[in-house]
Amino acid sequence: MDLQTLWFILIAFLFIGFFVLEGFDFGVGILLPFMSRDDRERRTVINTIGPFWDGNEVWLIAAVSGMFAAFPDWYATLFSALYLPAVIMIVALIFRGAAFEFRSKRDNPAWRSFWDWSIFGGSLIPALLWGMALANFIRGVPIDSSMNSTGGMLNLVNPYALLCGITSLLIFTLHGAIFLALKTTATLQKKAMSFAKKLWAPATLLCILFMAFSSTETDLVSHLGINPGVIPIFSVLALVSVIFLLQKNAAGWAFFMTSVAIAFSTITIFTGLYPRLLVSSLNPAWSLTIYNSSASDYSLGLLSVVALIFIPLILVYQGWSYWVFRQRVTVNSELEY
Amino acid sequence: MDTLFLARFQFAFTSIFHFFFIPLTLGLSIFTAILETAYVRTGKKRYRQLTKFWGTLFLINFAVGVVTGIVMEFQFGMNWSNYARFVGDIFGVPLAVETLLAFFVESTFLGLWVFGWEKLPKALHAACIWIVAFGSTMSAFWILVANSFMQSPTGYTMAAGATRPELVDIMALLFNHNVWQQFPHVLAGGIVTAGFLVIAVSSWQLSKGVTVRNAFETSLKFGAIFAFIGTILVILAGHSQMQNLLKTQPMKVAAAEALWESENPASFSLFTIGDEEGLKDVFSIRVPKLLSFLAYNSFEGEVRGIKNLQKEYELQYGPGNYMPSIVTAYWSFRFMAGSGALMLFIALLALYKVIKESYTFSPLVSALLFWSMLLPWIANSSGWILAEMGRQPWIVFGLLKTEEGISPATVVSSTELMISLALFVTLYAALAVTDLLLMKKYASAGIKGAE
Repeated sequence: MDLQTLWFILIAFLFIGFFVLEGFDFGVGILLPFMSRDDRERRTVINTIGPFWDGNEVWLIAAVSGMFAAFPDWYATLFSALYLPAVIMIVALIFRGAAFEFRSKRDNPAWRSFWDWSIFGGSLIPALLWGMALANFIRGVPIDSSMNSTGGMLNLVNPYALLCGITSLLIFTLHGAIFLALKTTATLQKKAMSFAKKLWAPATLLCILFMAFSSTETDLVSHLGINPGVIPIFSVLALVSVIFLLQKNAAGWAFFMTSVAIAFSTITIFTGLYPRLLVSSLNPAWSLTIYNSSASDYSLGLLSVVALIFIPLILVYQGWSYWVFRQRVTVNSELEY
Repeated sequence: MDTLFLARFQFAFTSIFHFFFIPLTLGLSIFTAILETAYVRTGKKRYRQLTKFWGTLFLINFAVGVVTGIVMEFQFGMNWSNYARFVGDIFGVPLAVETLLAFFVESTFLGLWVFGWEKLPKALHAACIWIVAFGSTMSAFWILVANSFMQSPTGYTMAAGATRPELVDIMALLFNHNVWQQFPHVLAGGIVTAGFLVIAVSSWQLSKGVTVRNAFETSLKFGAIFAFIGTILVILAGHSQMQNLLKTQPMKVAAAEALWESENPASFSLFTIGDEEGLKDVFSIRVPKLLSFLAYNSFEGEVRGIKNLQKEYELQYGPGNYMPSIVTAYWSFRFMAGSGALMLFIALLALYKVIKESYTFSPLVSALLFWSMLLPWIANSSGWILAEMGRQPWIVFGLLKTEEGISPATVVSSTELMISLALFVTLYAALAVTDLLLMKKYASAGIKGAE
């Protein structure tokens, strides 16, 4: 395996980390206003992700800085081409991050409500936009021979991308509802469970629809070689199993299955992309690939050493922090946020 | 409007704003860690109260530092795509390493610290905030490795006809002289920023005289020592940085001094009103030989002037204007160094009060101790303005000009830039106001209850 391929896999891994981890805290954020009107209960909901959300968000930063370091042209082309969506996503994340810290620092109900809706919007927008972005990676962006985007923003809003965006949004919300069912008690737990059950059908349906659409809208299926491929099937099967697990009250397993579904869907897209990074809709020859966009072997080698030592370490200490906060959060818990 | 201007303005605005919070939280994380360690070692409730009090102020600012940092991670690709392509092979490395070594550590252990008061043993809990402080320090280190490449590129090779420089020697990148002067300078700047905030809030609380006095006497003591040590370090590191700049970026030094012609020995400008068009003084008070002394620790030695350097650079890099905005460089240096001198004075004053254990302040002393908290902010911001504006017209010194680094206007239009700029300015203004209001609320809440 060459270093370019290793880094392609590592970046896919970082995105999986981002989607699986930040996915559930986006979901919790989206559900927040609908979980309860009572302030103490809302705080409980926020505190379920309190110790984790920031660490989860770093997976995104890691993926992005990994893109910059390993494939500078990918990073440069992508974020200049997706300028306004990137601005919107950043603004959403700013509102969201500030909201967690500021929300409970004043008693005023209007203040708290404002930040609650900031958490909602700040979670919903990135969840939608990242789905849309990934769809556009593979569907194609108008990139010219010098790796610059020529197209307007409207190209990025197409039915296929929207479908992918709404799918990721729903799956993350489902993932978040199951997380809440695992981390809360009493009425909050019941409510989360009922949300999870309601969200399951549309999330699964859209996921199947997305896989089907991918075969007509993109070259993803033919690119995977095996028709229709094992990994997308696993992803859908994992999602299908969720409802049965929920009915058996096995929220832990259901959460595992939504994680699998998210991870495998991401793998599907990245496998479909490989060895390309960003498809040019103008001319296949102008697509960005892991070879025409990469850093030098020297830099990739260095980065590999660092990543292969530190990513396992990160998994260990983040895992430990999940272990420390393994207990359910109740309205009687000491709440920090 | 011109995309170059807008992109530069946006970068300057978002990074200066981001850097309002970074040094403060860097310093406060260390300060809070010291207080919690005192709590663990002595078991005194006062230290726990102080840890909580300063920890809250730390967290409010840390949040703003985090969210404004997100922009920075994307902005090189969004607005500076040609720059990102050009330096990615080198600049990207420390940035990625920063995330893997620093950001994960900071965010995870901060979560453990904030939510772990009841869940972790005392010593382990204190270790968490030390790890956060360590993470913040690492973050500063790696980002300065990246910035140092822009200031004075090392460790790379650029073949004739190549489109970008490539990294060939990581050790040369890490042991760039600039890193080892800028990093201590920035770290000390963080300590100073936190130290002066602690002095300001503690002395203010003591003047109000309503809360638990002992606690704020203690934090004033810690703060005065912190600020004093920090100020000494920041001045020493800054001094050695200037000496190094004479070798790597003499134009920056000449501009900071409004030194038009080479001089030997060179004089130091106390106050100059210059004519930037005509490249001459309109009015100037200078101390003979002082600049040579600062530069070489000797009253001899040539310091090259702006005009001479311009000629040298034309020979080396071809025709063009190699002068930064002299007025910006000159005044940013004066604001930075002037604040530094004032800080030393105030830190000594605070230290004197603490040593004499005199905690009742005259209105003048009170005002001095309080408002001096603005000085580190002035120094931090003007220091970065000097570092970045003084490097112009280069974005990577000697390798790439700023105007060449921007995203093509066909990709990111001026309309898009105006939209993003308007959004960031509005949002950041709101964040600043919110942050200040919450700081005021929690700083004035003080510490209640028995010792």
